[in-house]
Amino acid sequence: MSVLIDKFDVFAGGFWLTLQICLLAAIGALILGAIVAVLRISPVPPLRAVGTAYVNMFRNLPLTVVMFFAAFGLPALGSNADFLRIPGLDAIFSRLGTDLPYFRFALIALVLYTAAFVCEALRSGVNAVPAGQAEAARSLGLTFTQNLRYVVLPQSWKASVVPLGSVIIAMIKNSALVGFFGVVGDLSQSADQLTSAEGHAFVPVAIGISIGYLIMTVPLGALLDRIEKRQAVAR
Amino acid sequence: MRMKRVAALAAAATLAFGLTACGGNDEAGEGTGGESKSFPAGSTMERLNKAQAIKIGTKFDQPGFGLKGLSGEPEGFDVEVAKIIAKELGIPEDKIEWVEAPSKVREDVIVNGTVDLVAATYTINDTRKERIAFAGPYYEAGQNIMVKKDDTSITGPDSFKDGTKKVCSVTGSTPAEEIKKYVQDVGSQLVLFDTYDKCRDALNGGQVDAVTTDNVILLGYIANGNDAFKLAGENFTKEPYGLGVKKEDTDFRSFVNDTLEKAYSDGSWKKAWDDTAGKFGAELGDPPAVNRY
Repeated sequence: MSVLIDKFDVFAGGFWLTLQICLLAAIGALILGAIVAVLRISPVPPLRAVGTAYVNMFRNLPLTVVMFFAAFGLPALGSNADFLRIPGLDAIFSRLGTDLPYFRFALIALVLYTAAFVCEALRSGVNAVPAGQAEAARSLGLTFTQNLRYVVLPQSWKASVVPLGSVIIAMIKNSALVGFFGVVGDLSQSADQLTSAEGHAFVPVAIGISIGYLIMTVPLGALLDRIEKRQAVAR
Repeated sequence: MRMKRVAALAAAATLAFGLTACGGNDEAGEGTGGESKSFPAGSTMERLNKAQAIKIGTKFDQPGFGLKGLSGEPEGFDVEVAKIIAKELGIPEDKIEWVEAPSKVREDVIVNGTVDLVAATYTINDTRKERIAFAGPYYEAGQNIMVKKDDTSITGPDSFKDGTKKVCSVTGSTPAEEIKKYVQDVGSQLVLFDTYDKCRDALNGGQVDAVTTDNVILLGYIANGNDAFKLAGENFTKEPYGLGVKKEDTDFRSFVNDTLEKAYSDGSWKKAWDDTAGKFGAELGDPPAVNRY
């Protein structure tokens, strides 16, 4: 077990990079997922079709395949995902701005994939709001946007926050894949380096990275429980 | 005649532990198999010979060394070397059970006893020696760099020091660790994939400027690459490939070392090379001296 102490810097570095990609991917997935959810519940049929197509596509493909398309399909199309080199943001998340595109590719894949689930979590929340609420808002003359903004979403949020949390937790665990698509130094790839290149026994290293993921997921789960309880009180 | 030889062998074995391979039994184990040989009582050699079975760990995805193709049997230099060892133990080829031993589990399968021997482009180094022991080396590779044919800006590992050139290797491999000493910033210069195929695609696509790993692997890609790639400069490391055995099993290690030396002198080592990785155009050179530590 001494590897946990001797190689603490490797684990810490891996944790930090995984945390970075998870933060960025969570933000991206929540935004994109919200947009797709709005498409799916919009009153315009073509927009609904687009939203549905998106969800059917990305929810039903394995993440590995999405990663493959991002990491090897985008370069084939001549894109290095340079639009993600967001000034300011790449100062904090240095990997966003590097010449090597794989961090951005992995981020794109994770966002696209998770957004489908975020959309469905949000939509389930919307569906949980009694139809009378939206009808009442409409009868008051609120537009679709106002209806969502002031009536439906504030209520649906309560119902969707717990499933959303589960989606994000699943995304954190899914991020273990990025190390196999060219991102160097995340938690799971660090484990690979320690076990195969440096010859450390597998089990202690696996315990080490498990702790790393648990540090991210357990507090998130606890936070969700708390929110759920407070929400129950509010009712 | 035969009894005499076996008796002489047994005597020799009792006198000098682990010297069984010197007994002039070159033709043993040919074809039919099931050869009953005499090994020191209680030794790994005796156990394997009696069981008439051996489990050998090798790579299933390494062209030229251990590649499992449509035939269902792995093929390559590592596989041939392992067959030489098995033959010396009196075990026929068809009694060998091949176990896939990718880089990250090679120590574990030896320590846990899943396999009796590992031949899997297994570089001898001190960290690994803490958990297992190496016989050999039976081949000395060296790390090199593959670039596009028309690239003259990369001449060796030092070309990565200025922080602009990007390089690809395979996750968890020794070359990946080695190249980290040369790159200025790992995050912006190094890409690691699980297979070299992806590195080659990234080199093709221009996402990276170079691929680095052992020369023999790169030569395989250059040979199959329609003249698109070349090596940049000379090997800059020495990667002695050894055969992994249990750390405490010194007798078996000596036996494997003896067998390797015999294979050097009787030409079977060279033949194994010429039939496999030698086809990629890599130089075999002189047999590396086995290291009996």
